[in-house]
Amino acid sequence: MDITTKYMGMTLRSPIVVSASPLSEDIGNIKKMEDAGAGAVVLYSLFEEQIIQEQKEVFYHSTAGTYSFAEALTYFPEPDEYRVGPEGYLDLIRKAKESVKIPIIASLNGSTNGGWIDYAKKMQEAGADAIELNIYYIPTDMNLTSLDIENNYIEIVKHVKSAVSIPVAVKLSPFFTNMANMAKKIDDLGADALVLFNRFYQPDIDLDYLEVKPQIQLSHSSAARLPMRWIAILKGRIKADLAATSGIQSADDVIKMLMAGANVTMMCSALFKNGIYHISQVEKEIIEWMTEKEYESVQQMQGSMSQLNVADPSAFERAQYMKALTGYRF
Amino acid sequence: MTNKRFQTIDGNEAAAYIAYRVNEVIAIYPITPSSNMGEWCDEWAAKGYKNIWGVVPTVVEMQSEGGAAGAVHGSLQAGALTTTFTAAQGLLLKIPNMFKIAGELTPTVFNISARALATHALSIFGDHSDVMSARSTGFAFLASDSVQCVMDFGLIAQASTLESRIPFLHFFDGFRTSHEEMKIEIIPDDIIREMINDELIRKHRERSLSPDHPVLRGTAQNPDVFFQNRETINRFYTACPDIVQKTMDKFAELTGRQYHLFDYFGAPDAERVIVLMASACEPTHETVEYLMKQGEKVGVIKVRLYRPFDVKRFMEAIPATVKKIAVLDRTKEPGAIGEPLYQDCINALVEGLNNGWGNIKTMPVVVGGRYGLSSKEFTPAMIKGVYDHLLQDRPKNHFTVGINDDVTFTSIPYDPEFSIESDKVIRALFYGLGSDGTVSANKNSIKIIGENTDFYSQGYYVYDSKKAGTVTVSHLRFGPEKIRSTYLITKANFIACHQTVFLEKFDMLKNLAEGGTFLVNAPFSKDELWDRLPLTVQKHLIEKKARLFTIDAQKVAESSGMGRRINTVMQVCFFAISGVLPKEQAIEYIKESIKVTYAKKGDEIVRMNLQAVDNTLDNLFEVPIPNQITAKYDIRQPVPENAPKFVKEVVGKIILGQGDSIPVSAFPVDGTFPTATTQYEKRNIALSIPVWDETICIQCGKCAMVCPHATIRQNVYDPKYLENAPPTFKYTDARDKEYKDLGWKYTLQVAPEDCTGCGVCVEVCPVKNKTNVKLKAINMMPQLPLRETEAKNWEFFLSIPPVNRNLIKVSNIRQQQFQVPLFEFSGACAGCGETPYIKLASQLFGDRMIIANATGCSSIYGGNLPTTPYAKNSEGRGPAWSNSLFEDNAEFGFGYRLAIDKQADIAKSLLIKMAPEIGENLVNELLNADQRTEPGIFEQRERVELLKKKLSNMNTEDAKKLMSVADYLVRKSVWIIGGDGWAYDIGYGGLDHVIATNKDVNLLVLDTEVYSNTGGQSSKATPIGGVAKFAADGKPTLKKDLGLMAMAYGTVYVASVAFGARDEHTLKAFLEAEAYNGPSIIIAYSHCIAHGINMEEPLKQHRLAVDSGQWLLYRYNPDLLKQGQNPLILDSKEPKIPVSEYMNSETRFKILNKTNPEAARQYYKIAQENALRRFKYYQYLAERKFNGSAHNENII
Repeated sequence: MDITTKYMGMTLRSPIVVSASPLSEDIGNIKKMEDAGAGAVVLYSLFEEQIIQEQKEVFYHSTAGTYSFAEALTYFPEPDEYRVGPEGYLDLIRKAKESVKIPIIASLNGSTNGGWIDYAKKMQEAGADAIELNIYYIPTDMNLTSLDIENNYIEIVKHVKSAVSIPVAVKLSPFFTNMANMAKKIDDLGADALVLFNRFYQPDIDLDYLEVKPQIQLSHSSAARLPMRWIAILKGRIKADLAATSGIQSADDVIKMLMAGANVTMMCSALFKNGIYHISQVEKEIIEWMTEKEYESVQQMQGSMSQLNVADPSAFERAQYMKALTGYRF
Repeated sequence: MTNKRFQTIDGNEAAAYIAYRVNEVIAIYPITPSSNMGEWCDEWAAKGYKNIWGVVPTVVEMQSEGGAAGAVHGSLQAGALTTTFTAAQGLLLKIPNMFKIAGELTPTVFNISARALATHALSIFGDHSDVMSARSTGFAFLASDSVQCVMDFGLIAQASTLESRIPFLHFFDGFRTSHEEMKIEIIPDDIIREMINDELIRKHRERSLSPDHPVLRGTAQNPDVFFQNRETINRFYTACPDIVQKTMDKFAELTGRQYHLFDYFGAPDAERVIVLMASACEPTHETVEYLMKQGEKVGVIKVRLYRPFDVKRFMEAIPATVKKIAVLDRTKEPGAIGEPLYQDCINALVEGLNNGWGNIKTMPVVVGGRYGLSSKEFTPAMIKGVYDHLLQDRPKNHFTVGINDDVTFTSIPYDPEFSIESDKVIRALFYGLGSDGTVSANKNSIKIIGENTDFYSQGYYVYDSKKAGTVTVSHLRFGPEKIRSTYLITKANFIACHQTVFLEKFDMLKNLAEGGTFLVNAPFSKDELWDRLPLTVQKHLIEKKARLFTIDAQKVAESSGMGRRINTVMQVCFFAISGVLPKEQAIEYIKESIKVTYAKKGDEIVRMNLQAVDNTLDNLFEVPIPNQITAKYDIRQPVPENAPKFVKEVVGKIILGQGDSIPVSAFPVDGTFPTATTQYEKRNIALSIPVWDETICIQCGKCAMVCPHATIRQNVYDPKYLENAPPTFKYTDARDKEYKDLGWKYTLQVAPEDCTGCGVCVEVCPVKNKTNVKLKAINMMPQLPLRETEAKNWEFFLSIPPVNRNLIKVSNIRQQQFQVPLFEFSGACAGCGETPYIKLASQLFGDRMIIANATGCSSIYGGNLPTTPYAKNSEGRGPAWSNSLFEDNAEFGFGYRLAIDKQADIAKSLLIKMAPEIGENLVNELLNADQRTEPGIFEQRERVELLKKKLSNMNTEDAKKLMSVADYLVRKSVWIIGGDGWAYDIGYGGLDHVIATNKDVNLLVLDTEVYSNTGGQSSKATPIGGVAKFAADGKPTLKKDLGLMAMAYGTVYVASVAFGARDEHTLKAFLEAEAYNGPSIIIAYSHCIAHGINMEEPLKQHRLAVDSGQWLLYRYNPDLLKQGQNPLILDSKEPKIPVSEYMNSETRFKILNKTNPEAARQYYKIAQENALRRFKYYQYLAERKFNGSAHNENII
């Protein structure tokens, strides 16, 4: 049984890829991921904003209260070097590359052009096999137009693509006026893959303390429907590879995504719930299903149920119950 | 000759620079102002820097200076090149070992930043009383007069000690030299190598103790031989001066800097000469130079090698023409014929003349004088005063200079206006706020000028005596010639006011030179500024024909992402206006320096600072100075008109910065000061203050409980008191049933001018506004618009009588907080984690409390002038407070107990004896009173009053005796308070002894887990992985479990509390500890600025510490043991969050991830394991079943 897949020019042993999450902060976990059969690992996201925040924090606390009182002019020893830049992350890339054979995809989240480019280059130098640009922010400025936002995305992709030679995937949210158009624009810039979709922290209200607490909830299979729709729609219409993320829990979820057109499926919540070795279990079930259904390879089924390849393409476009009931074709 | 390298550093760094390079073992202990020397060495060792032999010296922190001296002695005996650093009381603790080290002829150099010894008061500042106390140890004494000299003499001392075998005490003036930054020539390693003879080091090693060539040292000797054996060392002392001079000559060949044992400078035909040591030599040299140009025949002898005192060389240094000599000592020895240097000089002159040494043939007139105690200024004006004094036929001996002694009239006059400041020197003064980065920027500026130009530069910084809202004054000099002016600037060409609020507080411009420049940071437009200036400022500006510039630095800093740090902005302004360097060039240097300084802190920090530089010049404006004064206000009076006389005449002047002008007669003779004086110092340092929303407040008292400065108070009262309430005075119905039923009102009032604006009250407030949850029952609002009305409300609030203490249920916070704090408005940091505990104790027991306070933060905010926070209640009772030392606090407080008990015993026996006269009933009641509760105490006080009334009518000796001790019949509460440095380290031996005695004392350990007061050095209370000074790579060992050790006695009440985690638990522990008739120790989690936390929300740290098991809450009450119960109650629940969550919320731990991630991982893991293990262990101890009588063998 051939379960290999192609993703951004790389051949992966399996279409199950570990998506960016705190699980990959630990090199031991990355080794386990390889051991469990992951096709590749996307490292947790390096947040430019977090780096800036940490620098400010260290700066603030290492200067707070200093030179105020004659006996206590400072409170901390002054090291020659603080690792307040991306060094820790780059070390992780290096260590991961030394420890495992599967591709290591670095994930980068930023907000300024300067940060993106610099960090992307450093990731490449550290040995990352590819970069996943994790672009998301919640625009709240009422004067910002959708065009401004889209142009910002385009600028980022353009800059990063021109800065590195390794493949670049772009992880998007679904919240665009016209997702298809956005996908095309990014595809036109030469993005090597689209990763669909990002899941946001969503605010919640703590009724005991009357506080807003943003948190992320582990996804369920139902969350896979949205990316599945867009993967199916985009498959065959853009050059970039497609990665499905959100709600990939089981072999069924993986298979559905592959059929819709995903090159890889990315898993995170399921690993939190069931442990890293859940990957082996899912792989086993995929093989069982493929055996039962007499599929020879993953690549055989990839895109077999994309919008272009299904009998009822409009099924992927239905948005409402009514439409679903009354839809028909001349 | 090697290429010269110049660098701008301070005296401590200069001393450490050499000491580190020529030693192998360094044993240290923090004490101001020497701590930095140890810190430098520790930091360099942590970074792996090597000494001149390619070895990284071992740096160890000991538990005390005595411990450090012992370790040094041992290390020297075992053959390593070893050094240490200290000052003041620290040096005293080393003296026993110094006698041994010298007696055994062991080469070493002790570097001392000389500091005043505590006598009638503690002082952290410089004089020679410490080093003079060590002069009989047998150490050689070498005195440095400048930062350059410190580096040079450090090396000369090391070379000399190795050759002479006599240990050296190398000293320089604390703060004036230890903290003064100067551009100096750095001695390169090849010269150090050349100065140190390795053969002598080999000989040192050969003499060491080793089982391979065993000897015995330290015998006990008897009257038959001790004396003659002691005399064997004489030849070494005789040889020593020649060795030092030879070494100085060799040093001169290598560096071009020539020193002599006694350096004379002045007219070859001088008639009047001053002899002195250390930093005072420099301004004297400068003054002599000036006076010689005026044709005066004056000179100065700078004593370099004070011990062994080379009489012949001293005589040879004195010009033949000298008629009068003034020997100046920076110390005081009451009762002596004169101070030490004076006495030595007299002796030397007599011996020298007898031997026919030197050029003079007859005994000149010699007088001794004292100057500069505790870093008192020593200026050319005073020096000229001394020379002028010598013009008198019979100059006064044993005089003082620099003060006004209107009691014993020792002081000599001088003209304070006399100034010799050169026109070539640029002098700048900067008034900054501790937190705004002013000092850092100035340190940077003098480095820029020092290192990029041929100019010499000097920086000296004067800090506040408070820790919150502190004012810093930077004194900077730049000039083409060597700067010898070791005194503060009084005629500045440039003065900068970095905070607008200073305009109404200080007369900054009194020191502005004619035609000088004044730069003000203010949030006003350039057109508005003039009218906003106070009268005094406008007057100075007009009269001095000054130039005025302004910038809204806050706005520029904020727009550059720098928040409140306006330092870079103001630095750019200084360079732009002052003309020290061409503007463009200066800005280029600033930018370069920003890149170098901040690169390691991250690109963003560099970017923000560069942005601030770019944003500055467009916002800097010159303001034309009109011809007339338009001011509508003036600088505020330091204390109100109704303040007591002493407060107005002494304290007020100190607040205004005019303490130097207060005469001797104004002061108490024995160090006794009135308490309750902080109430008069309205500091107005808060930008915003809490405002009460009475409509939603639940009257829980938590805000009052956590307020570190006792600026939030609550009261319940009869509504009749509201009759004259100001219109904005707030109140509401009391909620507690007992007060509500009486129809009483409740008020929560803030002292707007005393609040530091820390915001901890808002953090703790549990109530949220139902229609807008960001509002609580107490909210921060800008202070300025509220200042006047709230000040009136505060005054009115204080006029309402506090609720009767007997009506208060002290067992719950909401009522207990009605008790009036007798510790208020201290100078502690905004948001301090220690003061809420002291305040709580003062509320509960303050009216019968006597406090022994270990030196440290709590003694500084508790007892530093000008004003002190311990207060009195309406009956005039309140805590009596004293500080003995750092190391002896437990014993000191124990002494209180002994005296109190003894006087109570005397009172009781007199009561029994006088029962027939006094009345049996009253005597019985007095003797058997139950004083465990507040009403019990109250009733006993009534009885004592009755007793006193009766006694006043009796005229017997016994009646008088009983009258003098009658107050001791009311129970006194002895509190022994200090930090972890005291309790865990330096004072542990005494603490352990005192808790083992069964005496009724209460020890409060304010555990910040670090030496906070001396700037964050590691203590044995520092948790594993905590980054602190002397633990730059994270503390490698676990925190000492002091509570467990105390519990081992089984007779000690022990509690571990964290008020931010559970305030009611803290309250319960304080009540139980005080009620326990025996020793009690409360270990109190005290968050601290040295933890690197958000000081606006510090209580979160208590919760995280407790929830993670990093800090346990428990009480161990031996009274339970007596009842057959398990004495230990574990009040903590099973840890529910990982320790890492707590550790990652504090910079002291988190930073290790940024500097040494591998160590961090390891320490985090151990910390987690330890937290769980410790919890389980305590759980096991607390769950054991106790049956029947005490199980002393099972107490822990």
